[in-house]
Amino acid sequence: MDPRFKISNREALMGIGLAVLNFIWWYAFSYGLGGKPVKEYHYIWGLPAWFFYSCVAGFIVFSILVYIMVKFFFTEVPFEDVPDLENLKEEKR
Amino acid sequence: MNWEVIVPLLAFLIGMFLVGIYTSRKVESGSGFLQDYFLGGRHLGGFVLAMTMVATYGSASSFIGGPGIAYKLGLGWVLLAMAQLVTGYFTLAVLGKKFAIVARKIDAVTLIDFLKARYENKWVVILSAASISIFLFSSTAAQWIGGGRLIESFTGVSYPVALLIFSFSVLVYVIAGGFRAVVITDTLMGIVMFVGTLIILAGTIIAGGGVPHIISTLAAENPNLITPFGADKSLTPLYVSSFWLLVGIGVVGLPQISVRAMSYKNSKAMHQAMIIGTFVIGFIMLGMHLTGVFGRVVIPGVEIGDKVMPMLALKVLPGWLAGIVLAAPLAAVMSTVNAILLIVSSSIVKDIYINYIKPEASQQSVKRLSFSVTAIIGILVFIVSLYPPDLLIWLNLFSFGGLEAAFIWPVVLGLYWKRGNAAGAVGSIVTGVLSYVLLDTFAPNLWGMHTVVVPVALSLAAYVILSLISKNSAQSSLGKQGII
Repeated sequence: MDPRFKISNREALMGIGLAVLNFIWWYAFSYGLGGKPVKEYHYIWGLPAWFFYSCVAGFIVFSILVYIMVKFFFTEVPFEDVPDLENLKEEKR
Repeated sequence: MNWEVIVPLLAFLIGMFLVGIYTSRKVESGSGFLQDYFLGGRHLGGFVLAMTMVATYGSASSFIGGPGIAYKLGLGWVLLAMAQLVTGYFTLAVLGKKFAIVARKIDAVTLIDFLKARYENKWVVILSAASISIFLFSSTAAQWIGGGRLIESFTGVSYPVALLIFSFSVLVYVIAGGFRAVVITDTLMGIVMFVGTLIILAGTIIAGGGVPHIISTLAAENPNLITPFGADKSLTPLYVSSFWLLVGIGVVGLPQISVRAMSYKNSKAMHQAMIIGTFVIGFIMLGMHLTGVFGRVVIPGVEIGDKVMPMLALKVLPGWLAGIVLAAPLAAVMSTVNAILLIVSSSIVKDIYINYIKPEASQQSVKRLSFSVTAIIGILVFIVSLYPPDLLIWLNLFSFGGLEAAFIWPVVLGLYWKRGNAAGAVGSIVTGVLSYVLLDTFAPNLWGMHTVVVPVALSLAAYVILSLISKNSAQSSLGKQGII
């Protein structure tokens, strides 16, 4: 098998993993905190806490996680066929 | 007429027009017309790739329809819209490097090129080309009508004139420049969309007297507006979660998005695009829908959801700034339309004509044909948009979920599962489209989930079962060559 595909498969799984984490974060904060009666709500920056954590913080946290995943765990590989493909090491930049 | 609003809008249209003409020169001089016209020559850098995906994905509903519903239902609808954050990274991570590498090895320019090489089956190609043409043609027409209505409402000209202005500006740069013009204008439009979101969100918060004041006013009117369940308690957790499939991960199956995953220059561009795309799409979705909710305090009592954003822009911003902000939805519509237009014409010219009618066609005649097919489709769309037939509106309802149900498995499993074969792909496309249309007609939102969920599950079952039981489950030639 093309050694680049191993890298690609691993990265696809990481993408799925991140999406699952993203869903859990989004669901847990919104329905966990937001399911309480409105009278018991806390507010952060004027927004209900469930909304702040689920949507505002979730957006920022997952933007940063995508950055970390791509910078530290994704490997740069050439897309064109190159002669020394077999010697391609899974080097991290 | 409100000239203060019209001048920035006009400047925007003329700008796009000039870009189309400029980039057309580059296509003329380059080699490999087909790859250049339909794919931009696989030279997309990270920023351009991210913006073109954002602009193609973000349509009228992100700027007009969605915020209008958020105005009615409250923060629960913003929560639903945030399911779209994953589209920024999921498609690129899953199709990822493998799709880009395979596309280069087999010299694929369109999604159908890939399906053809992978499954080596005439029916896969014909069924895919047909569903892409039919569904995307109807969704183009729907966006086209939206574009005409937008221009009509800002300028006060009659609908047919507005439609003519819109069609003319879209067609000129799509026909002249092809994919390259589209990605460059998309980049500009993505920037306009981002800046527009920032301005209108800030303007609305200031006009509403700050976030704490807005939220307490909303809670006083109806406490459900600030819960995740919507003003009328209609948004159940299951229903909202099912949108992760429709507007989140299912987007992998949309041809106008997946073709982007063939076009990046190198893996660095792909990495950058994931980072930038996630941030930009998250920002636009959060900002626009939140603006819709906050707008309820600033301009209470709007009955028609689609009017919320234009009215809000005119209310909270000075005229010239409102003009810039209102260019954002127009940009969103235009960038979605031009990408789709190109996909439809590529599936006709490349996938049907060159594959099955005249494989030996010369470069020159392919070029002429590409221009004229794109033009004819554009003119057809213009004509049907003048007096939209009911059939078209009906078909458009299925275009998004129907295409997802048809293509998600043939693409994803075709890439990662060697046993997948033509029988599975044909079964998956047919099952996905048919079950989507039938369910949407007779049992919409079955079991409290969005209609897309069951057809995607059925089409997965069809793909796996038919691939396993069909006799021809020997390795495909791509598998034998080690390409898959």
